[in-house]
Amino acid sequence: MSSRLSATFDRLKSEGRKAFIAYIMASDPSPEASFEALRGLPQAGVDVIELGLPFTDPMADGPAIQAAGQRALAAGATTASTLEMARRFRAENDATPIVLMGYFNPIYSYGVDKFVADAAEAGIDGLIIVDIPPEEDPELGPAARAAGLDLIRLATPTSDAKRLPKILEGASGFLYYVSITGITGSAEADAAQVGPAVARIKAATDLPVCVGFGVKTPESAAEISKIADGVVVGSAIVAMLGEGRPVDDVLDFVKRLADGAHGTSPA
Amino acid sequence: MVETPQGAQPNSYCSGPDEQGRFGKFGGRFVAETLMPLILDLEREYERAKHEPEFAAEMQDLWTHYVGRPSPLYFAPRLTEHLGGAKIYLKRDELNHTGAHKINNVLGQILLARRMGKTRIIAETGAGQHGVATATVCARFGLKCIVYMGATDVERQKPNVFRMQLLGAEVVPVRAGRATLKDAMNEALRDWVANVRDTFYCIGTVAGPHPYPAMVRDFQSIIGRETKEQMQAAEGRLPDSLVACIGGGSNAMGLFYPFLDDRTVRIIGVEAGGHGVDDRMEHAASLNGGRPGVLHGNRTYLLQDADGQILEGHSISAGLDYPGIGPEHSWLHDIGRVEYVSATDKEALDAFQMCSRLEGIIPALEPSHALAYVAKLAPTLPNDHLLVMNMCGRGDKDIFTVAEALGEEIVA
Repeated sequence: MSSRLSATFDRLKSEGRKAFIAYIMASDPSPEASFEALRGLPQAGVDVIELGLPFTDPMADGPAIQAAGQRALAAGATTASTLEMARRFRAENDATPIVLMGYFNPIYSYGVDKFVADAAEAGIDGLIIVDIPPEEDPELGPAARAAGLDLIRLATPTSDAKRLPKILEGASGFLYYVSITGITGSAEADAAQVGPAVARIKAATDLPVCVGFGVKTPESAAEISKIADGVVVGSAIVAMLGEGRPVDDVLDFVKRLADGAHGTSPA
Repeated sequence: MVETPQGAQPNSYCSGPDEQGRFGKFGGRFVAETLMPLILDLEREYERAKHEPEFAAEMQDLWTHYVGRPSPLYFAPRLTEHLGGAKIYLKRDELNHTGAHKINNVLGQILLARRMGKTRIIAETGAGQHGVATATVCARFGLKCIVYMGATDVERQKPNVFRMQLLGAEVVPVRAGRATLKDAMNEALRDWVANVRDTFYCIGTVAGPHPYPAMVRDFQSIIGRETKEQMQAAEGRLPDSLVACIGGGSNAMGLFYPFLDDRTVRIIGVEAGGHGVDDRMEHAASLNGGRPGVLHGNRTYLLQDADGQILEGHSISAGLDYPGIGPEHSWLHDIGRVEYVSATDKEALDAFQMCSRLEGIIPALEPSHALAYVAKLAPTLPNDHLLVMNMCGRGDKDIFTVAEALGEEIVA
């Protein structure tokens, strides 16, 4: 496991706190605004950053993140510019882990070996590549692990007892539990269903289990954080950036989400 | 199957895909984790069904009585005379119920869906032919049918939209991305991720994650098997060459597959050259103008920019207007078993008119691309050369597009 991710989860565990993970799309709505948001996330209480790698055809994403990717591409985002954004962030923050989230084709096009080397050098800690299931691990996993990057696996409501070992094999960093059958930002995660699923996964692995895809509000973040090691929010944050809201307003919302996840919301 | 280095040839061209769903380095299962258990289930069910005589018998019965198979292998005397070379045969898959080859595959997939207890069928469509075929078979079996279609295509293909609605299907216009076929496919995948329990995704071409490319090819191979028998009956031997158009490539794979190991048969796929295969990227020729990448669950040749972002492409034919191509074609291209060429919009339009006037057959714009290449190739070949072209769809749906391209005004 990369040192930043393991250090972060170890610290949170010793503090008895849950991780709050925020997603933004690189270069959305513009490279400058996106970087301002990125550098403000740790101060707003974000423990782990998911940085979206823009792609034209995000088949697992809902309208909010699809639109974010299109805005980013229209603003000139490239794989190289996304890595550069991480590098700039890393120059001023050496503690907060960054996980790159996206689809395989831009990485394949960039060249897998060159990509993992450049990503590690830029200070990226892990990868969540939606269209690389365990069956396709040889495409990216060995190279990523050799470069010291965690390859974060996704488990879903369709991951039954038979499927789970396959997912956990070679997983590192943390396990991302997709709380709904559906695309990002669609249905609301239901704690009554997520709880038993997370418990089942935790019985099978020592990795921290973080929950995302259906968490939109501070209240929901608070609820989910009671049953998981971390909570991920993406679409709700990205939608605000897409509405052209000032970065400070977005970071205020992120802080409320983080307070929810950390159990420190004002009563 | 092991990856075949350039130049080296496998013992058989028909043994793919391998356990990982690969044809050489192409294909695979690049899908979100939510879908993995579903495509593994589908693969198991298809493997079982494939070997059951009852499944084959049910297909055969529907092919005969509902679709109207076998489709004729027709010797085209006036085209042959006009082009002055090879003896031209047309495989008449445009005579199938619903007017194209698409229904061959849809029937197979819907029978599988029924075996799996799925009650809700989703499909993507570009020009609307696969959507119409899916809506048709769903009506036949009383299944709920939802067809995703790019909003741009909904506007361009109104008659097919209405046809699907008449058949009881719900047509969902997709406004995401650039609102064409690839976006419709993205949206269908998103639907499937959200409705895993009751839904079957009926993919219209030899693309998508394994097992779709192999399964769709198998269902379409009836075209090539019939052709082989019919040519034997007509001429007492194998054809010398086969020509078919390629978008995703299902009609071509269906014709080619039973002949891949007949090494004397020259096989040619014709991509949509749009305004010309060059750097403007105003074409849909993935093999001739793209490079390998990963989209919609498989690795294959794609139209993409330098950063791996998918490009839209262009063709006068909405059915060929797709930035990818079936992975098996990518493999056959790389090992050189099949030649892949292209024909432009203009050449296809000329061939469309030529065929209408010489043979009394109005072809779809898709096979008009194949015919455009036949028009170039046939005159260079001897009179005893037997050439088969797959007439995979009829042109009724295209008359508005063609009228517009020719500067004619007709009222729908």
